[in-house]
Amino acid sequence: MTMLEKLFPPLLILTSFIGAWELYVRLANISKTVLPPPSDIALAVLSYREILFVHAAQTLKEALIGLFFAVLLGVGFAAALFLMPRVRAGVYPLLVLSQTIPLIALAPLLLMWFGFDLFPKALIVILYCFFPVTIATFDALRAADENMVDLLKAMGASSWQILSYVRLPAALPSFFSGLRIAVTYAITAAIVGEFVGAYRGLGVFMLTSANSRAIVLVFAALVVTMLLTVALLALVSLAERVFVPWKKI
Amino acid sequence: MNFSNSAALLAVRGVGKTYETGKKEIRALSNVSLEAKEGEFVSIIGQNASGKSTLLKILAGVGMPTSGVFELRGDASYMPQDHALLPWRTVEGNLLLPADIAGASRGRAQEKARALLSAFGLEQYARLYPAALSGGTKQKAALLRTVLHDHSLLLLDEPFAPLDALTRIEAQTWLLALLEKTEASVLLVTHDIREAIFLSDTIYVLGSGRIKEKFDVPIPRPRRHEQLRAPEALELEKRLFSLLAPV
Repeated sequence: MTMLEKLFPPLLILTSFIGAWELYVRLANISKTVLPPPSDIALAVLSYREILFVHAAQTLKEALIGLFFAVLLGVGFAAALFLMPRVRAGVYPLLVLSQTIPLIALAPLLLMWFGFDLFPKALIVILYCFFPVTIATFDALRAADENMVDLLKAMGASSWQILSYVRLPAALPSFFSGLRIAVTYAITAAIVGEFVGAYRGLGVFMLTSANSRAIVLVFAALVVTMLLTVALLALVSLAERVFVPWKKI
Repeated sequence: MNFSNSAALLAVRGVGKTYETGKKEIRALSNVSLEAKEGEFVSIIGQNASGKSTLLKILAGVGMPTSGVFELRGDASYMPQDHALLPWRTVEGNLLLPADIAGASRGRAQEKARALLSAFGLEQYARLYPAALSGGTKQKAALLRTVLHDHSLLLLDEPFAPLDALTRIEAQTWLLALLEKTEASVLLVTHDIREAIFLSDTIYVLGSGRIKEKFDVPIPRPRRHEQLRAPEALELEKRLFSLLAPV
């Protein structure tokens, strides 16, 4: 199936949805301050592109820094859980339990403790993204084909060689699945942090626009948020094609 | 583990293996003794869960016996069930895996791998990942990896089980041709009676973790599949079947 054939069905649905939205707003005379038509949103994105760019750059910076440390900590934590069964027995249930904490409620606390700068936003992104990366990587390390592990043992491989020749490469596809989930959280998590308190960022832009009743600008920021997330997802897919070439077949 | 009186390449004496699962004790192997001479092709035939793979893993150094000993003069190369080609390595990369694990230089191993791939009709697959190969080609690539590094004993765990009947026959003939290029002995585990007869010099029947009987295969080499229709082969097949068939 070519890329065009793959993209056609979702694009068709999206275009139909946008068309129906445009028609509904115009034909039903819906106030633009309640629900602007997609054409107005597109125009707003173009007209405010410079301001949106500044805010988007800030949000992207927070998301990428948070994501970077979430991946670093997540993979390290997954490897530690895998290699140390005693630590795993104590920590793994707590890790799962930690996901019952509504992270959004932690945002005001983090802002109070660490101020309005980049750090607390990156921390929120880390908290959101750490779990999917850790769990996906840990489960994959455990799920490596035991036949392959036996083969390496028979060849006299050390534990480190088994980890680097079998378990880590076997975990890569699952790691990328976890990363894909984490990426979809990252921009949203950064915006959540900005909602609570920030000087710049798409969250700040959305709040300011909403307070001024410029609903079309809220939608414009949403479009940029979506575009950023799609761009990050595309980057992850590209990285996966580079680092997991055997999956292309 | 010293059997100085034994002329065998491999001598297994009274090997047993017991697993504990919770409060239950499972006896996978019980007092298993067998031998393989230099250059000999030995098969262990048995039904599922008869302990065949457990024995092979012990001999490969993957598991430890709970009783008994074995002696191997030389070293062994192991092919687990289901080829175990690493999906992230090309066929050539998989063949070089033992050299990489041993920390040996790749140069000589690479030269040998390419020669072997070429001699056995797999050179066009050298740079492909295993996912791109057919079932038969995957098994052949795994067999080449097992024989490449001049081990004295090849431990093969049902190498042809995943293949359809016709591909299996072709792969068996291919294996015999491959073995002509080596001096290695083979210990093959299988549940296929005809495969055991076609390939082996000696067959051990394993049931419920015990050796039930040993047979010498009375078919001359070089082997052809038509020889399986000879009266002595059919008679052996009948005897093996009667030992293996559920009562």
